[in-house]
Amino acid sequence: MRPVLYVLTFLSVIALGFWAYRENYATQASLREVRALQREIADLREALSVQKAEWAWLNRPERLRELVGLNFARVPLMPMEPGQFGDAAAVVYPVPEIPAIEAPDILSGDAFSGIDGIVATAAGEEEGL
Amino acid sequence: MRTPLRPLARVLPARSRGENPDLIERENLEKRHEAIRDKNQPRASARLGLLALAFGCAYLTIGVRMGHLAASEPVEPVASAPGAEIVAQRADITDRNGRILATNMTTSALYAHPRDMVDPKGSAKRLAEIFPDLDAAALEKRFTDGRRFMWVRKVLSPEQMQAVHEIGDPGLLFGPREMRLYPNGTLAAHVLGGYSFGAEGVHSAEVIGTAGIEKALDARLRDPARAGEPLELSIDLTVQATVEEVLGAGITMLNARGGAAIVMDVRTGEIIALASAPTFDPNDRPVPLVGKNDEPSDSPLFNRAVQGVYELGSAFKIFAAAQGMELGLVGPETMVDANAPMVWGKHKIKEFQGKNYGPLLSVREVIEKSSNVGTAHIALMIGPLRQQAFLKSLGFFDPTPVELVEAPGAKPLIPKRWPEIVTITTSYGHGLSASPMHLAAAYASIANGGIYVKPTLIKQHGPATGVRVMSERVAKESVAMLRGVVTKGTASLAEVPGYEVAGKTGTADKPKKSGGYYKDKVINTFASVFPASNPRYVVLVTLDEPVDTSGSEPRRTAGWTSVPVAAEMIRRIAPLMGIRPAVEPITGTALTAAAN
Repeated sequence: MRPVLYVLTFLSVIALGFWAYRENYATQASLREVRALQREIADLREALSVQKAEWAWLNRPERLRELVGLNFARVPLMPMEPGQFGDAAAVVYPVPEIPAIEAPDILSGDAFSGIDGIVATAAGEEEGL
Repeated sequence: MRTPLRPLARVLPARSRGENPDLIERENLEKRHEAIRDKNQPRASARLGLLALAFGCAYLTIGVRMGHLAASEPVEPVASAPGAEIVAQRADITDRNGRILATNMTTSALYAHPRDMVDPKGSAKRLAEIFPDLDAAALEKRFTDGRRFMWVRKVLSPEQMQAVHEIGDPGLLFGPREMRLYPNGTLAAHVLGGYSFGAEGVHSAEVIGTAGIEKALDARLRDPARAGEPLELSIDLTVQATVEEVLGAGITMLNARGGAAIVMDVRTGEIIALASAPTFDPNDRPVPLVGKNDEPSDSPLFNRAVQGVYELGSAFKIFAAAQGMELGLVGPETMVDANAPMVWGKHKIKEFQGKNYGPLLSVREVIEKSSNVGTAHIALMIGPLRQQAFLKSLGFFDPTPVELVEAPGAKPLIPKRWPEIVTITTSYGHGLSASPMHLAAAYASIANGGIYVKPTLIKQHGPATGVRVMSERVAKESVAMLRGVVTKGTASLAEVPGYEVAGKTGTADKPKKSGGYYKDKVINTFASVFPASNPRYVVLVTLDEPVDTSGSEPRRTAGWTSVPVAAEMIRRIAPLMGIRPAVEPITGTALTAAAN
């Protein structure tokens, strides 16, 4: 029994050593990769800041004003005016069409006597179909 | 084979001899023990050897490791990857909506090691071709005078860098540089200020602010812990651009020497736009004037809104009226003596163009008509001490607390003594000189329901807290009087339909250097608040030596110069700031349904 234990212990030590060796190198490789990625991120961030600066440069009000002037024939943009404010309630929405009533039989009784005409139209349409 | 300890063959003869047989036993036992010991000795020494080897190995390992540590460069153990680094060494500056006002760019500096140069003469010639401002002969002289190192250019564009590369001289070298870039050019130049390089090395250079907010908040902008977080200003880029455009157009039309405009939020004290004309490009900051006879205001670097300390004229009258009401001395309809000219000692106080609005005017009419005499009588009721205390509470005795490096230097000019004649002149804005920013802050305090607001250039979250300088009722009444100035008084051109502009004009003669005042040089100011029913913004326009030549004779009063400029400004910026006009909107816009 004892020699078996010895052998097993020895083998496990070797296995652990191998595992630790591999882990060590895997960690180092990951760190190298992370460093490369960090460098890439730094480069990309720099590029991003340059692009942001360029975006700001291209969108400077002075240039936009010139562009608006140059392209006035195609896109007649004017400065914003107080008259451009509207009220949502002032917007005229299209009046929705009254949908055809499919089942006239539920519309029975005196309460619906006023809409007989609609019912008749709906019934007529159904007949037409 | 096991040897018996008491062999009979020896015990019996010993007994017969009368000897003790135990001796034999002891002798045999001793022999046996010796045999066992002899047998165990090699094993024990082998074990000892093994132990020694183990210890030896351990000591060796420790020794080698110690030697290694002592001989190698110290390195921090890396257990995890570092976080993403911040590239910028100086924080960006953005407007209130996050649009960039100042950012950093990586570029290169060009330096030379003249001793490593192959062809100093040819290189100097070609460098002068790339950079027209360099002189080939001077450059060649410096390349050949035996120095080891010299700077050629502080920043290069990528094209210039490529051109220098193409010279191919090993003595021309590049160092990385981070430079400041103001992508909007001249926009908000007086707010931003400018930058320059501090300590310069081959591998990096310090970027330091030289003026404006760049210098005032230099420590915040350079703080490495906050380098990734942009500094958010209260400026709105769109409003600022519009204000600069309108102010520039106004200055051109009115032949003014310069001008300033301030747009301020009355609730938070945030400065939405701050313009001073003429302006400059912070990317290429002009050299300040240093000559003895140079007026600082001749330089485009001069910030008229903050540094310009002027007698602001009649725009001050509302403070006398407000204080009179606050102290209960007068009400809006109280009649005061306005019989011009008023004689006070050896001084004679006259109205504009020698008019006489008197004999009596209500306080409201004094403000609407801008009566010097009426204001003087109110000021005399208040008295010098209370007048000083009130103006002090509105911030007129201290430099403005705006985050610009120029602000602390622009101290208001206060009369040293304060006799009653100073009380009179100060009430209509003469004798006490302050910057337009002071006036804007004071008007904002009136518009803010009587609570002093501190002007700031940093974006605020939520309304500002301050000291109450007058009651809410008086503040409201004062705004109503200012509204009257526009509807019935001297600022009728300020009427912008829908925005209920309220304001006060101010025309002040420019003081001569030699003493006295110019007859035909004025500073025109219009300080306004809108919308009057619920004040949100203060708009202040100051023009330096404007003249309106549209009429038969030149007009120099603020009502003809600053007021139309301010009105146009309000008409343009109010929609940009999302203020709905109080007019009937155009109706009838119909939507077409895309689908049922």
